[in-house]
Amino acid sequence: MKRSTILVNTALVVGAIMVLFPLVWMVSVSFMPRGVASTYPPPFLPPEPTLDNYRELFTRHAAGRYMLNSTIVAALATAIAVVLNTMAGYAFAKLRFVGRERVFQLLLGALVIPGQVTMIPLFAIVKSLGLVSTYGGVIIPTMASVFGIFLVRQYALSLPDELLEAARIDGASEWRIFRSVVVPLLKPILITLGILTFLATWNDFMWPLIVLTEQKLHTLPVALAGLSREHVQDNELMMAGAVITIVPVLVLFLALQRYYIAGILAGSVKG
Amino acid sequence: MRRTAAGLWFVAPALIVLAAFFFIPVLAALAMSLTDFDLYALDDLANLRFIGLANYWQLLHDALFWKTLGNTFYFVVLGVPLSIGASLAAALLVNSKVARFRNVFRTIYFAPVVTTLVAVAVVWRYIFHTRYGFLNYGLGFFGIHPIDWMGNPHWAMPAIVVMAVWKNFGYNMIILLAALQSIPDDLYEAARIDGASYWQQFRHVTLPSLQPVLMLVSILTMAGYFQLFAEPYVMTEGGPLESTKSVLFYMYDEGFKWWSLGRASAVAFILFVIIFCVTLVQLRLGRREAAA
Repeated sequence: MKRSTILVNTALVVGAIMVLFPLVWMVSVSFMPRGVASTYPPPFLPPEPTLDNYRELFTRHAAGRYMLNSTIVAALATAIAVVLNTMAGYAFAKLRFVGRERVFQLLLGALVIPGQVTMIPLFAIVKSLGLVSTYGGVIIPTMASVFGIFLVRQYALSLPDELLEAARIDGASEWRIFRSVVVPLLKPILITLGILTFLATWNDFMWPLIVLTEQKLHTLPVALAGLSREHVQDNELMMAGAVITIVPVLVLFLALQRYYIAGILAGSVKG
Repeated sequence: MRRTAAGLWFVAPALIVLAAFFFIPVLAALAMSLTDFDLYALDDLANLRFIGLANYWQLLHDALFWKTLGNTFYFVVLGVPLSIGASLAAALLVNSKVARFRNVFRTIYFAPVVTTLVAVAVVWRYIFHTRYGFLNYGLGFFGIHPIDWMGNPHWAMPAIVVMAVWKNFGYNMIILLAALQSIPDDLYEAARIDGASYWQQFRHVTLPSLQPVLMLVSILTMAGYFQLFAEPYVMTEGGPLESTKSVLFYMYDEGFKWWSLGRASAVAFILFVIIFCVTLVQLRLGRREAAA
């Protein structure tokens, strides 16, 4: 083997170890009995693996409830975002209406505004709607996004106009064309949009922290942040909490990796 | 005519949602920053008073605000180059012709990006633990005495930077990887014929070809890093001695701890203007470089 081959591959392996180490250690420590992780030198593998930490999370700290909250919030946000963004993205690409180009330019311009600017008035709005500490309140900022509309539009531009024209000549309504012709063709980008939205909502922290004042509605990240402040010393328990928060999204990502990466690359072209 | 109506019906739901929950709030944030919006105003808007630029004026005279601004800039100035450097190094390695299992490494390097920030912050807080953390244990082999990462005002922010680089470098790596793969082989071929070394090829072929993409990822990363919040919230609660309190953390405290929503809006707006201006400066510098 050439020296450069050895050098490059060694660097890749060292990098992979550095990247994976925190995640592997997290899993390992989550199976350690109480107090084992607070010894020196830090143990790498649990001497006697136990599920006690997970048991405690689910029985004493209502982790099941938080997991359910996270799942409901992410699923709801994803369903709504996919429908709204797809309809709009398709229309911006293929349907003609007054002010189409101007509105689209305006939307693109809005990409420079960070979401945090809206957070405080949004809280006032959510409060006046009576949606503080509800699932509805959490998903409000995710229901439609400029990025999502853009993603679908770019993809929909490549749909052949002849196909849509043919369906119109056959007398299909615009809605019918959308449902039976357009949506099936857009499927790959819909999966991309779906997984991006699901992961973003699942991982989101600041907005749920603000809007979910009631503990029983907390999502996993909000609950974990609260728990980690109370249980600073309980490393084993905290690692178990991190595992149940991360593993679902990691598995989802590994299953749909291709679509996720496609979304990132499409997004980076926008600039 | 029918198509005109149909198009509007298709965009209406998304546009109404964006208007109500994005565009109106942006304008409202500006308006609120000129008022003394507080808990009483939240109950009844009649309690609201217009106070002009008083919120901004007070912020400019608040030492803590300046401190959080300084902390945030420190995080950005340290974190963005390190993140992009790591992304570029990873992209070059994964893209190397002699690399094995490229897809496996690509997936591994990308994995931290999809993990939950709060959860990995909890994990890293443990890795940085002074007595039982793995980092100090590892550094011990090099004769380095344990460092109180989370408790020392000099080390807390660099520690957060390390975690941020670990969490985020995979994202830009993917974008840079795509850009690397789009550089035509002929360019390298020509450089080799001219007798260029690896380093010269990197310097005169790779880097110039990547320049626009590097520009893009540094702007995106910079804008993201200015919004630092969850890491200090979970790992240090802004301490020690407010050394990791970010602007957004300050906004959160003003708004949702003290319920000075007017002042918090002013903070949000200042942050927005800063991000906007830094982006413009970067774009201008980038154009000049491209022209040169």
